[in-house]
Amino acid sequence: MAVAVYYDVGMRSEPRGRTGFAHLFEHVMFQGSAHLPKLEHARQVQGSGGVFNGSTHLDYTNYFEVLPAGALERALFCEADRMAAPLLTQETIDNQIDVVKEEIRVNVLNRPYGAFPWLQLPEVLYDTFANTHNGYGDFVDLESATTQDAAAFFDSYYAPGNAVLAVGGDFEVDQATEWVERYFGPVAARTTPDRPPFGEPQLTEDRHAEVVDPLAATPALAIGWRVPDPVNDVEEYLPYVVLSELMSDSDAARLQQRLIHRDHLAIHQAMYLGLFGDPFDARDATSLMFQAHHATNVSADQVITAVDEELESVASAGVGANELARVQARIAAQLMCQADAVLGRTQGFAAGELIHGRADFSLDLPARLAGVSAASVAAAAGSLHAQHTAVLELRPGAGR
Amino acid sequence: MTRPATDPIDRDDQPVTLPPLVATRSARAPRAISSTLPNGLDTLVVRRPTVPMVEVRLRIPLPAASSRTAAATTARGSLMASSMLFGTAARSQEQLANDMAMVGADLSVSADTDRLLFSTAVLRTGLSTVLGLLADIVMSATYPSPEVVAERDRLGQRITMALSQPTVVARMARSRRLFGDHPYAQTMPDPAVVAGLTAATLRRTHRDRVRPYGATLVVVGDVQPVTVGKQATAAFADWVGPARSSRTPKLPEFDPIGITLVDRPGAVQSNIRLGGAAVSRHDPDYAALKLANLIFGGYFSSRLTENLRERNGFTYSPHSGIDHAAAGSTFLVDADVASAVTARAMHETWYELGRMALAPVTQDELDLARRYAMGTLEMSTATQSGLASTLSSLVGQGLPASWLADHQKAVASVTIDDVQEVSRRYLSVSSLASVVVGDAGLVGESLGALATVRSGE
Repeated sequence: MAVAVYYDVGMRSEPRGRTGFAHLFEHVMFQGSAHLPKLEHARQVQGSGGVFNGSTHLDYTNYFEVLPAGALERALFCEADRMAAPLLTQETIDNQIDVVKEEIRVNVLNRPYGAFPWLQLPEVLYDTFANTHNGYGDFVDLESATTQDAAAFFDSYYAPGNAVLAVGGDFEVDQATEWVERYFGPVAARTTPDRPPFGEPQLTEDRHAEVVDPLAATPALAIGWRVPDPVNDVEEYLPYVVLSELMSDSDAARLQQRLIHRDHLAIHQAMYLGLFGDPFDARDATSLMFQAHHATNVSADQVITAVDEELESVASAGVGANELARVQARIAAQLMCQADAVLGRTQGFAAGELIHGRADFSLDLPARLAGVSAASVAAAAGSLHAQHTAVLELRPGAGR
Repeated sequence: MTRPATDPIDRDDQPVTLPPLVATRSARAPRAISSTLPNGLDTLVVRRPTVPMVEVRLRIPLPAASSRTAAATTARGSLMASSMLFGTAARSQEQLANDMAMVGADLSVSADTDRLLFSTAVLRTGLSTVLGLLADIVMSATYPSPEVVAERDRLGQRITMALSQPTVVARMARSRRLFGDHPYAQTMPDPAVVAGLTAATLRRTHRDRVRPYGATLVVVGDVQPVTVGKQATAAFADWVGPARSSRTPKLPEFDPIGITLVDRPGAVQSNIRLGGAAVSRHDPDYAALKLANLIFGGYFSSRLTENLRERNGFTYSPHSGIDHAAAGSTFLVDADVASAVTARAMHETWYELGRMALAPVTQDELDLARRYAMGTLEMSTATQSGLASTLSSLVGQGLPASWLADHQKAVASVTIDDVQEVSRRYLSVSSLASVVVGDAGLVGESLGALATVRSGE
C-alpha cells in the first residue's frame, strides 16, 4: 500500500533571496522529527520492507512511502510525527545544504544539458520572480539558510490545513481512518498561508534567448507556449493534452514523423505539458514545452519552422478519425499503466485533491480525455500557431 | 501566530513505542505457464488482470563470441535496434508505428552486450495485433538504406552526446579496467565502427542472429494463458532458424591494484567508481551477497549513505549494487562527490568496505536489510510491467519463475556469518578496482596519498 502527504508549497512560493528553499526544506524533512532521530525515518520505512521519497514541484512538495500492508500504522505515525515537529538544527541544515549542492552539481553543473530546459526556459517564457527563478537554488541563497528560516517556512507552509494525506492499497478503511485520526488528529491547526495567483498575461512579442553550455558537444533547442489555466479552464486545457500526444508521443506522432523520419532535422524530439512532463501537477501559469537535440549542421530556425508548420497543419487540415483514435488508445494505455501501481494511483488522488480540489479527478480523466473532439484539438493547435513563443537555443561550448 | 513546533527544545525525548509491524500474507507467487514452441522460442505467460492491459517482452540473445568481434557486434546490435522498426516486407515505418499505437502500444527495441530486447505494454484487446507485428518485424525487417544511413548519423550524434556525460565516461573507464578486451568492455558502440555500417550488413546480421532458438517471450497481464499460447504459436510459427548458440567468453581476471584517474579538466565533481566480481542469481551465496550489498551501500539506510551523505555531505546519492550479465555478475560502487573531497570520499568508501570485510554486521542491520530486500522484491513484481521485466530478466539468465519464491526463502535464512563470509570475499578493498573521473589537477595529488594513481581515458 502507499501513503502520500502533499504540502501546498512549491518552488513558486519561494521569496527573493531564498531560491531553492522549498527543495532544501524537503531534504530537511528527512532529518528527524519529534520521536525519530536523524536517519530513523528511512530506517522505519525501509526496515518495514518499504521505499520512500519526496519531490519538490512548482506548486507542491510531496512525501511518499510504498510499504507492505502491515506497516500502514507505522507509516502514518512517521508522517504525522514530522508534520507535527520536524527536527530543525543548524547541523542537519548545513549537512543537507552540502548534499543539495552535490545534487545540483550532478544534475546541472557537471552535466551537459543539465536541467535543460526546465531550469532555463521559464526565464524566457515568464516575467514574475515566482515563475522565473531557479528552483534548484543559487548557492549563495542556499548557503545562507538558517534554522530560523526553516522554522518560519515550516510554520507557514507546513500547517496541517495546507496538506493533503492520501492512503491507497490493501487495508480496511475504518481501521485506516481510526489510525489517521489517532496520529494526525493531535497535530495542532495553524493558520494556512494565502496563496497568491501565479498566472501571467499572454506574451505580446516573440522572445528568444541563447545559452552556451560549456559541457555540451551538440546543440539543443526549446520552445515554450502559454496554455489555458489547467484548473479553472480544464475543458479548454484538455485538448492541449491530446495535442501534445498527437504531436510527439509515439513513433507515429507528427513531429516524430516530420523531424526524425522525414526531414532528418532532429536527433530527438519531445513535446509535453508542464515543466516536468506531467500535465496535471501544476496550476496556472503552465506551459507547453518542446525540446529537440539537433545536429550542428541543422539550424534552430529549421526546426522551429517545421514545428510551426506541423501545428499549422493540424489547425488547418484538422485531425482524422483514425489519427484521433490512435492517440486516444495511447492515452488510455498510459493512464492504465500509471494506475496499475499503487503509488501512481495514490499520488493521483493526492494531486487531484490538492491541485483540482477533487481526489477523484484522476478517475474521470480517461473518460474526459476520450471525449476530446478533433475540432478542439485543431483549435488548440491554431491557438498555439497564432501566439507568440519563447525560444531558447542551447549552443555547445565543449572544446572551446 | 503559533510558535513553531520545530524549535529543538520542543523535541520530545521521552522514549516512544512505534506502532508494531503486522505480519502480512505475502503475495501469491505468480503462476507462470511456460512452454517451448516447435521453432525453439520459449514462452512464459502469467495471468495478472489488475488493469485491462498486457505487458510483452521478447528477448533475443546477441552475445559477442570473442573480443575480436565485440566492437562489430555492439555497433551492429545498437544500430539494428534503432533501425528495426523502419519497415517490414508488409508494412512501411509509418504503418508499423500506426498499427502499434492503434492498440495503445509503443514498442521499444534495445540492445546491450548480451541481447536484443523488445518491450511494450498494450491494451488487452490488442495483444494478438502486437504479437503479429513482432513476428512480422523479427521475420522481415527491411532496413531500408536511406533511413538506415540517416539513423546511423543520428546514432553517431547520440554517442557524441553520451560521451560528454561524465557518468558515461566513468562507466566506460570502469568497464575497461574490469574487462580489458572482453566484449563487456564495449559499453558504448565505437563511433568509427558505427560510421562504417551499411543497411546490407544489418540485414545480414539480422538474418544470422535474430533467431527463435534461445529467445524468450514473456507475456503478463489481463490474458488467458491458453489463448496467448495459441496466439503466440500462430504468430511465430513461420519464424525459424538453426538451433545454434554462441556464448560470451568467460570474464577475465583484472588487476585491482591502484586507482585509475581519467582527467576531465574543469570538472566540479569527481565520479568515483569501484567494481569487482560478484556471484550470479544461480549461486547459493547470492542471497547473502545481496544483503551484504544493501548493508554496505545498496539502499538509503546503508553505511555508505550514512557516512558519505548524511555525516559528511560529500555526495547526493552514493550507491552500490550487483549487475547481472550472462557471462558473470559484478559488484559496483558509485559516488559523485565534490572535487575538493574526492580523496577523502574514496578513503571513507574503502574504510566502509574494510569494515564489511573485517567485522560482523549487527543483527539489527541484517534484519532491516532482510525486510527491505523481501518487501521490495514483492513490490517490484506487483505491477504487470514490473513482473514482466523481472521474469524476462530471470529467464534470460536461465532461471525459472519459481526462483522468486526460492530466493525469498534464501534471504529469510541468511545469517551474520554468511554476510561476513561473502563480504570478505567480494567487498574487500583488495578485490575491487577503483576508478575516478575528475579534474586531475585538483584531485590527483590527494588520491596519490591513498594509492598508486595511473592515468586512464
